[in-house]
Amino acid sequence: MKRALPVLTVLLGIVVIWYMASVWMNSTWVYDQAERAGTTVSFAEMVPQTMNQDRPLLPPPHQVGAELWKGLFGQAITSKRSLVYHGFITFKGTMMGFGLGIVVGVLMAMAIVRFRVMDMSVMPWAIISQTVPIVALAPMIITLSSQLGLTDRDVPKAIIAAYLSFFPVLVSMVKGLRAPDQMQLDLLKTYGASEGETFLKLRLPASMPYFFASLKVAVAASLVGTIVGELPTGAIEGLGARMLIGSQFGEPLIMWASLFAAAILAGLLIVVVGFVERLARKRMGVPG
Amino acid sequence: MTFLIVALIVWLALWTLNVWIAGRPLAKARAGKALVPLIFGVAVLVLWEGLVRGLGISFVILPPPSAIAAKIASSLPVLWQDAAQTILKGAIPGFLIGCGSAVLTAIAIDRSPFLQRGLLPIGNFVAALPIVGLAPILVMWFGFDWQSKAAVVVAMVFFPMLVNTVAGLQASDRMQRDLMATWGASYLQTLVKLRLPAAMPFIFNGLKIASTLALIGAIVAEFFGSPIYGMGFRISTEVGRLGLDMVWAEIAVAALAGSALYGLVSLIERWVTFWHPSQRH
Repeated sequence: MKRALPVLTVLLGIVVIWYMASVWMNSTWVYDQAERAGTTVSFAEMVPQTMNQDRPLLPPPHQVGAELWKGLFGQAITSKRSLVYHGFITFKGTMMGFGLGIVVGVLMAMAIVRFRVMDMSVMPWAIISQTVPIVALAPMIITLSSQLGLTDRDVPKAIIAAYLSFFPVLVSMVKGLRAPDQMQLDLLKTYGASEGETFLKLRLPASMPYFFASLKVAVAASLVGTIVGELPTGAIEGLGARMLIGSQFGEPLIMWASLFAAAILAGLLIVVVGFVERLARKRMGVPG
Repeated sequence: MTFLIVALIVWLALWTLNVWIAGRPLAKARAGKALVPLIFGVAVLVLWEGLVRGLGISFVILPPPSAIAAKIASSLPVLWQDAAQTILKGAIPGFLIGCGSAVLTAIAIDRSPFLQRGLLPIGNFVAALPIVGLAPILVMWFGFDWQSKAAVVVAMVFFPMLVNTVAGLQASDRMQRDLMATWGASYLQTLVKLRLPAAMPFIFNGLKIASTLALIGAIVAEFFGSPIYGMGFRISTEVGRLGLDMVWAEIAVAALAGSALYGLVSLIERWVTFWHPSQRH
């Protein structure tokens, strides 16, 4: 309770500010309508009218909540209007990108730690790769893969997600694989351990805390990548596509509901990854 | 076919050169550290050129570096106009407003541990959300011109920056703060002379993250509506016309701008936090 109270207070504050902002932003429309009808509305009459517009500039929280509820539970989850359905498409893309990002990140980290020339050649470019706004590549990756005959929309999305999520894994794994100190490495040498054995029995276990710490960042990055991959491409499925549809058809409620669905998905992913991390730490005997 | 073979030979030669340099004392020198990645970059470009020409890949699918360079050279005014719209008008004002207001917010809530305990978990959570999704909404609110792009950038950089600054303000240790107290320093003096400087490494960490987010935000926002120029606009329209050389040219500009922004932040960081262990060489 001690930890929850401040968070709840701040959340309450956000909701209050949100309501005030809704009233303020949606009032323009109410006044416009009144002017067209030739009537005037007082402030007390205006406020309720800002709460339930069809196309509000800023929908108040309860409208977003209702739309979210309708999207999540209001229909069969196989329906094209169900946010569960679109969320699952996005989830699938996120997981593919996440997996690919982990594999690429770990393999690159292994090569970088093992070969000095890889460290010197590739590492600076890995850093530069993250300063390239990936979204600039997104539309192109999609056209490219469709011209190569990949009609499956999951592939380009996964590539974009992997591009964003490999980097945290790479950086942490490089740090982690280098975590054992000279004394430990020397000890393994006195045991006559081969390089492979040193890797498996010392470097890899030593890198695990770093690895799991990076996963939370990587999974969030992967979700962002997937949604970005869905946004500019005329995709028809996935939360990003829902946002796009809401934007094109002027349906702000759809946009907000999919935005919150994406937030819920992000929260779930982070919680699950955190749980796996704790499980792994426990098994490896790390206290806490 | 000759293209392919030549490219592969050049690639192998450059790679061998890199392996050779990595094993010499030169690798420890500054020149070596810059040279090796540079050679690697050139090798990748040569291989790319050779693969595209050697395997006869259509330029529409993957233009070779030479074609992209030619496109950049021939369309400099357009590229500059796009970059000015997206980066100078969209990304940089958004970056400054977002980071500035985040630092000010962090200082404002600094005196209230209650607010901090409430805001930090939320800030951490929001920093992990796909804020980019706000782009269509903000474009609807602020119109098609640069204001909406700056707004998207503000929304994207605010929370990562806030979380980092709050963490930074707690970075000075008990002993140092006690020392300031024994000197009779006021809250403001402690803040300016001890805690803000101690927070700088964290603040710059946030600024670096924000510098890449800023470009992403500004470009994505243009996919949802923009004037008839801007990098995001150009990319989305040229992809539609299969003018991939122009798309690659924009990507090159974006990469250059992103690296330049990141480099600038690192440079200022080195100048401001010269005392930090990570900056001493």
